Amino acid sequence: MTQPTVKQVWEWLETIPDPEIPVISLVDLGIIREVAWEGDILVVSVTPTYSGCPATTMINRDIEAKLRDSGVHKIELRRRLSPAWTTDWLTKKGAEALEKYGIAPPQQAGGPKRCPHCGGMSVERVSQFGSTPCKAQWRCRDCFEPFEYFKCI
Amino acid sequence: MSGKVDQLALFEFLLRMGDNTLILGHRVSEWCGHAPVLEEDIALANTALDLIGQTQLWLGLAGDVEGKGRTADDLAFLRDAWDFRNVLLTELPNGDFGQTLMRQFLFDAWHVVALGQLVRSSDPRVAEVAAKASKEAAYHMERSAGTVVGLGDGTDESHRRMQDALDYLWPYAGELFESDDVDRAIVGAGIAPDPAGLRAEYDTLVSRVIDEATLKVPDTTYIQKGGRDGRMHSEHLGHLLTSMQWLQRAYPGCEW
Repeated sequence: MTQPTVKQVWEWLETIPDPEIPVISLVDLGIIREVAWEGDILVVSVTPTYSGCPATTMINRDIEAKLRDSGVHKIELRRRLSPAWTTDWLTKKGAEALEKYGIAPPQQAGGPKRCPHCGGMSVERVSQFGSTPCKAQWRCRDCFEPFEYFKCI
Repeated sequence: MSGKVDQLALFEFLLRMGDNTLILGHRVSEWCGHAPVLEEDIALANTALDLIGQTQLWLGLAGDVEGKGRTADDLAFLRDAWDFRNVLLTELPNGDFGQTLMRQFLFDAWHVVALGQLVRSSDPRVAEVAAKASKEAAYHMERSAGTVVGLGDGTDESHRRMQDALDYLWPYAGELFESDDVDRAIVGAGIAPDPAGLRAEYDTLVSRVIDEATLKVPDTTYIQKGGRDGRMHSEHLGHLLTSMQWLQRAYPGCEW
């Protein structure tokens, strides 16, 4: 087969959902740092969100499976630590999808802007941590619903 | 650069970093399913997860530097107590919730100060692990410091327990600032700062939080040491390892 273009590969990667938050793709999450051909080997550089995130293994497996299904067989996944992942790399599309799904997107101020359920501005933190390493638990004082907030790092 | 660095000293240094996060991460994970409320349970488990993730980076690099083909898993699960290089503080049993959080704060404060210097390491591999870990450490400290203040400046009982925890743990914190030949070699190569040089910044940071918590730093300079050079671990480490390494001891080489 002819070598798919880097642009084509990015498009494939954009269809892979994050295993823990399936409404956003790995590309939206900002963890795919580079796609490049080195000779006939496709090198994909991936950065971890949190160093102990258990989804990392599954993410690598999903990338490999997607590329194999698309006909690429010589694949090398490289872990890239530096620069360290930041929520600034989350795409705008990703942030919107998170909020629609009920997870408040990260804010520089360190807390959610509003409740993702009712839009209420009166929110309080329940815990700095949540169900995955990337989230914290908050609660809305207007609709009284708990919700998750995507930690800003 | 790396040609001139004493590789054995670098290996020891990396073990010290990785064993601290491994042993503390394991201790903190012992709270999983036992914390006073669900949110605290999740917070402790996530802190443990970050620490164990950092361990994979430090011990993975240690294995690379050693050059004998040992992986992070090999180093974590196939060494015995005398080969561990964590400070005694990290291997102490958890005690009550307050003591666990006080230890976490005393460790986090050191971690934040030390990683803040290590991001400028002359070895880019060390610098990039430090940059990754420092973000997580800062987040841990925000929580442990907040909890120390909440419990210290809380009820009579929580205040008493936090002061007891600080009195008990303070001599152990001193080991984080000890220096030996390994440190001299590493400092000389620009890989890491001299541990003793971190003390002033640490003391300032710790006193600010301890004051706010209405607690008092004990008036002692005595240091409990013997972990970071492996000369004398406490008996607690062996017990911890029998649990942490159980699977590899019962089924050597087991993978799944």
